[in-house]
Amino acid sequence: MIRSENLVKSYGEKVVLDNVSLNLPKGKMIAFIGANGAGKSTLISLMSRIVPKTEGCVYIDNMELQQWNNNELAKRISILKQSNHLNIRLTVKELISFGRFPYSKGRLTKKDNEIINQAISFLGLENIQHRYIDELSGGQRQMAYIAMIIAQDTEYVFLDEPLNNLDMRHSVQIMKGLRKLVDEMNKTIMVVIHDINFIAYYSDYIIAMKDGKVVSQGYTNEIITKDVLKEIYGMDIDVQSVNGKPICLYYN
Amino acid sequence: MEAVKKHKKTITIAAFFTFVLVLTGGLFLFQGLTIKNAYFFFPRRLVKIAAVLLVGYCVSYSSVTFQTITNNRLLTPSIMGFDALYMFIQTVIVMFSGQKKIAMMSGYTNFFISVIVMIICSFGLFLILFRGREKNIYFLLLTGTVIGSLFGGLSSFVQVLLDPHEFSILQNKMFASFNNINQNLLQVSAVLVVVTMLLTVRDNPYLDVVSLGQEHAVNLGVNYRRVVLKNLMITAVLVSVSTALVGPITFLGILVVSITRKVTTTYKHTARIAMAFLTSATLLVSAMYLAERVFKFSAPISVLINFAGGIYFIYLILKERKA
Repeated sequence: MIRSENLVKSYGEKVVLDNVSLNLPKGKMIAFIGANGAGKSTLISLMSRIVPKTEGCVYIDNMELQQWNNNELAKRISILKQSNHLNIRLTVKELISFGRFPYSKGRLTKKDNEIINQAISFLGLENIQHRYIDELSGGQRQMAYIAMIIAQDTEYVFLDEPLNNLDMRHSVQIMKGLRKLVDEMNKTIMVVIHDINFIAYYSDYIIAMKDGKVVSQGYTNEIITKDVLKEIYGMDIDVQSVNGKPICLYYN
Repeated sequence: MEAVKKHKKTITIAAFFTFVLVLTGGLFLFQGLTIKNAYFFFPRRLVKIAAVLLVGYCVSYSSVTFQTITNNRLLTPSIMGFDALYMFIQTVIVMFSGQKKIAMMSGYTNFFISVIVMIICSFGLFLILFRGREKNIYFLLLTGTVIGSLFGGLSSFVQVLLDPHEFSILQNKMFASFNNINQNLLQVSAVLVVVTMLLTVRDNPYLDVVSLGQEHAVNLGVNYRRVVLKNLMITAVLVSVSTALVGPITFLGILVVSITRKVTTTYKHTARIAMAFLTSATLLVSAMYLAERVFKFSAPISVLINFAGGIYFIYLILKERKA
């Protein structure tokens, strides 16, 4: 289980995350929502120790981040950030193989290769596995990075805007894949996604943030309501129900 | 299929480099050798070849890994101002060593003063600047660049105060040279370099991960800051040792890593460092052969290498423009 206590992040005088205490449920797809600058990315960066925190604690399975051995932690949590610029040339398969680093330290075993191939077929990347990353489209590249995270095979997965710059087809493909990870392999996935309807359709649990604070949290049906969304985004959003799922109409 | 073709190209070029290395190295060692003079020339030539290989390793390891930890294809350790600091140390030694000037310019004292001062300065810089949690490596590099130009300026200032005789002594130290290698110092350097090899023997897979960038490296459980700091320190030792042994040599780095990057397709450091070593050894040995036997010491090695390197870069630019 992931838990944070009085988590603070500040850059000089500017406080971007203010006393966040959270208990994240296990085995769910958890979405972080909020306007730009609400602190969503900062929060998941702190929880996944990519960015050092200013104050407070983060507990992963009841142990504080700093007490974890780096390598053991990399077998428990993984994170994918939004900008992924590479300075080296790699094929898709080589990139995905890096996901096994915490287990094999660069010497892939037979089991590692099996898991790598599973990750490739899980996202349907067989056709492009020997192509170079820099020759791929944005969507294919994103899929390759997600496959790397899948190969890392961690219980908790953080994804910062995994659908950025993707078309609907790729977005749906990725969300279905993530849903499968949660439902079939009982992973806990934490995502920051801007498209509220993807969240409404796919996520189980929502953390809503505003100005560096958590303003409300709860199951999807409790959060995707006119009142809560008004508080977060300052917009009147019409919430309709289509086939039992809430759909937000925010276009006017 | 493309990957296989590129792999073949890499092997072809590596074989060509090895051929050139063996050819020029063989010529350098054995040309003009007779039974009578062999006892005199052969050991001296051997020392030069050993020094070239040692310096070649220092330059290639430090340049390849420096690009990894800075995540930048254009930077080499020369940006940290090692050469400027070395020249400053030499200038100060000439200035203050009084009667023993010429003796002071070679031998143990000079070597150890240079190595120790360079290592202390760079370690001090790394430890002071890289300890704050928010600080990043570019901040460190920028400071290194500024301090380098400070030393450059100070050296020029002191050099103006030297008399012409003192300056001519100093001038010998301004270019890399394999001519007056002290065999004992070569042994000391070799020991230091072997120690760094032992310290880094398991690092290559970690460096592979670091080349993905800081966030991916942390995600994959690598202690990013420790790898970077350790590598900066190793770089400082390698550059200091090779510079104190033969003079300013970091210019070679950018050429070697560019050729390596062009020739090899792999991201693996083991292969890239090996290829860089082969490249720098080939360049240095053939340049040394040309400088000694063809140009009869009229052109320094650094000039020859920079000349060839300059042509290579112009060729690359013209080729890229057409493509």
